[in-house]
Amino acid sequence: MKKVIKHSILALTLISSAVFVSCELDETQEVVTKTNLVWSDEFNIDGAPDPNAWTYDLGDGTAEGIPGWGNNELQIYTDDAENVRVENGMLVITARQTANGFTSARIKTQGLFEKQYGRFEARIRLPQGKGLWPAFWLLGNNCAQNPWPACGEIDIMENVGDEPIKVFGSVHGPNYSGGESISKEYELTNGRFDTEFHVFGIEWSPNRINYYVDDVLYNSITPEEVDEETDGEGIWVFDNTMYMIINVAVGGNLPGAPNANTTFPQRMLVDYVRVYN
Amino acid sequence: MKGLTYLKNTLLTGVAIALTVSCERDISDDAVVATFPVTPDIFTDAPVGLTDEFFDSFDPAIGANPNGFGTDENEAYEGSASIRVDVPGPNDPEGGFIGGIFRDRGEGRDLSGYDALTFWAKGTVTGRVTVGFGTDFDTDTFPVSTVITLSAGWTKYTIPIPDPSRLTQERGLFLFSAGSFDPLVNDNPALAETFNDNFGYTFWIDELRFENTGSTTLLAPTILNGQDLAIDIFTGFTQTIDGLGATFNLGNGQNISVNAARSYFEFASSDSNVATVDAFGNVSVIGAGQATITGSIGDQQANGSLQITSAGGFVNAPIPTQPASDVISIYSDSYPSVTGFNPGVFAGSNTQNIAVQTFDGNSHVQYEGIDFIGIGWDGTVNVTGETMVHLDVQLLSGSGNALVMELIDFGPDDTDNGLGNTGGDGTAGGFNLSSQLVADQWVGIDIPLSSFTLPTGGGGAGSPNLSNIGFIVFVSSNGASFLVDNIYFY
Repeated sequence: MKKVIKHSILALTLISSAVFVSCELDETQEVVTKTNLVWSDEFNIDGAPDPNAWTYDLGDGTAEGIPGWGNNELQIYTDDAENVRVENGMLVITARQTANGFTSARIKTQGLFEKQYGRFEARIRLPQGKGLWPAFWLLGNNCAQNPWPACGEIDIMENVGDEPIKVFGSVHGPNYSGGESISKEYELTNGRFDTEFHVFGIEWSPNRINYYVDDVLYNSITPEEVDEETDGEGIWVFDNTMYMIINVAVGGNLPGAPNANTTFPQRMLVDYVRVYN
Repeated sequence: MKGLTYLKNTLLTGVAIALTVSCERDISDDAVVATFPVTPDIFTDAPVGLTDEFFDSFDPAIGANPNGFGTDENEAYEGSASIRVDVPGPNDPEGGFIGGIFRDRGEGRDLSGYDALTFWAKGTVTGRVTVGFGTDFDTDTFPVSTVITLSAGWTKYTIPIPDPSRLTQERGLFLFSAGSFDPLVNDNPALAETFNDNFGYTFWIDELRFENTGSTTLLAPTILNGQDLAIDIFTGFTQTIDGLGATFNLGNGQNISVNAARSYFEFASSDSNVATVDAFGNVSVIGAGQATITGSIGDQQANGSLQITSAGGFVNAPIPTQPASDVISIYSDSYPSVTGFNPGVFAGSNTQNIAVQTFDGNSHVQYEGIDFIGIGWDGTVNVTGETMVHLDVQLLSGSGNALVMELIDFGPDDTDNGLGNTGGDGTAGGFNLSSQLVADQWVGIDIPLSSFTLPTGGGGAGSPNLSNIGFIVFVSSNGASFLVDNIYFY
């Protein structure tokens, strides 16, 4: 009799702990279900970024028909070593002030690595100061045929340099793009994004995009939410194949221009970029 | 059984003793560094761990009004009470400003785990209040201060700690100082009437504490107010590095600059054979060459530097050899000279600098970039019994700089009331020294008093009287810089 009771208690304990554990898993699995590393750049070889992984957007956007890259940004993107290079195990994108304005860099995996769904994350230390606008984001690979925002944009991390403890993650699609994008901010309770490294990631599944910073899941965007946010006008366009972009913009509609307190050069350091399936 | 029990108890006792002994040893091995309380709070709804005085006013003898300080149970950012400060008006007989410190009632607190002092405040007007910490009216080792501008609504203020690791035993937990509100923004301490538009006001402070914000970052410390200065100087020169502060960026993206005590800084000389600098920023030039003095807080280099170019030991002008009994001296360490010597009793508006320098106990006057300057003294000298005037001059600017020396005689009335051309009885004349000067070298010049024949810039006709000499003037048409020593008549 005693033994039976003991076993029952044990069984109950097991069951309850199992329930408890699976409950925890349910809450966190959106972040960590994809653990099979399929692509990464650890930036371990000094010099220009790996040409098999990265290509460049260059100039001021005029060649693409969007001077100021569509946002009245001030920088000219180059592939010069002084704006983008790998050193000491880091990708370094440097925004500089020149006699003529600003230079910086924007690198992308277009045509080299494109993927539908997955977990995309990078460990980054952001630049500092008013007017700096760093981003780690995804863009649909068919924008030429299916013009933005219909091709879809997932902004994994954006920040404006005069808000050093905040980042935000967004999606842009038809009827919810630009200033109307669906976006959520994440604020550190202790620490800064421009003096420390933090991990920025999404886990993108057929009907869900989860956003996280370090180990904190702070947003989950679904077709239902797009529906709700746009009164049914928005269209879910995130079943596309997309490529990654990492850049530091200077000035433009969102951050405003640099001010007297902004110092140059400003550097964004990327420790790694990893993609999991 | 009994024996067994006994044995068991013995064993247990033995274990207990062993544990106790080993515990004691552990404690005594680890207890090396005494640490102080880490209490962050200074005032929440009541003072936390402060002295019985709570508020320790600045000295009323310097005008501090000790009466306007208290707590207010009708105002609070959080909880039930706040600190209330009634800032006096400018003519308050009890004192025209209010300020003081809050001190830890114990031996001090360990603040090394925090990165800022924070509090909420609001004011009846947008008054400016100096706030800070690190002043304890005892050692005052680590003061930090800045000026905040109040708002009508509760606003949070953050005063960063330049190097928290230094504050392991700090008694000075808070400092504030506020004067009357100046609506016309015309206060000039030299003019009492500019304070007439001022009036007293009230402000409140709440939730005053040290905090580890994690979002405060030191952008750059500052020495010499951030300026890169260069000086040409000699062995024996000393200077204290001041203009010390630091600029931080807060979590809200705003920059804040504070004044910081020298105890937060480390100073360095790039060549300690040329110049040394001690922990307090006292620079001593000890040899020839170049050295740059820099400062830092922690591992962050400060903006601002002092670049020293030392020519080595300064060579003073030669010691004069005339017997003192034959000399009427205006300026010399070798002779009794006139009283009230003033190297710049007047000066042209373009004159850059006039300074008296002393090396090895021997002084000289340094003139930089003059157009004209006048040397004056008490009364006048009668040199009718003398035939010559001597001076030692070292040209600092390049050769080719023009320099004329003038003698001005006040006339029989012994009063500086103008030359003959303006109706006075004064006379004046000049002598051109230019051709005798050599750059970077003392030149002894001896001029017959009969040679001051040139007309002067002030309208003198030349060949002045010699009974009442009151000024010696130097004039340069091209901004000469030079040293002068041993000016005497004989």
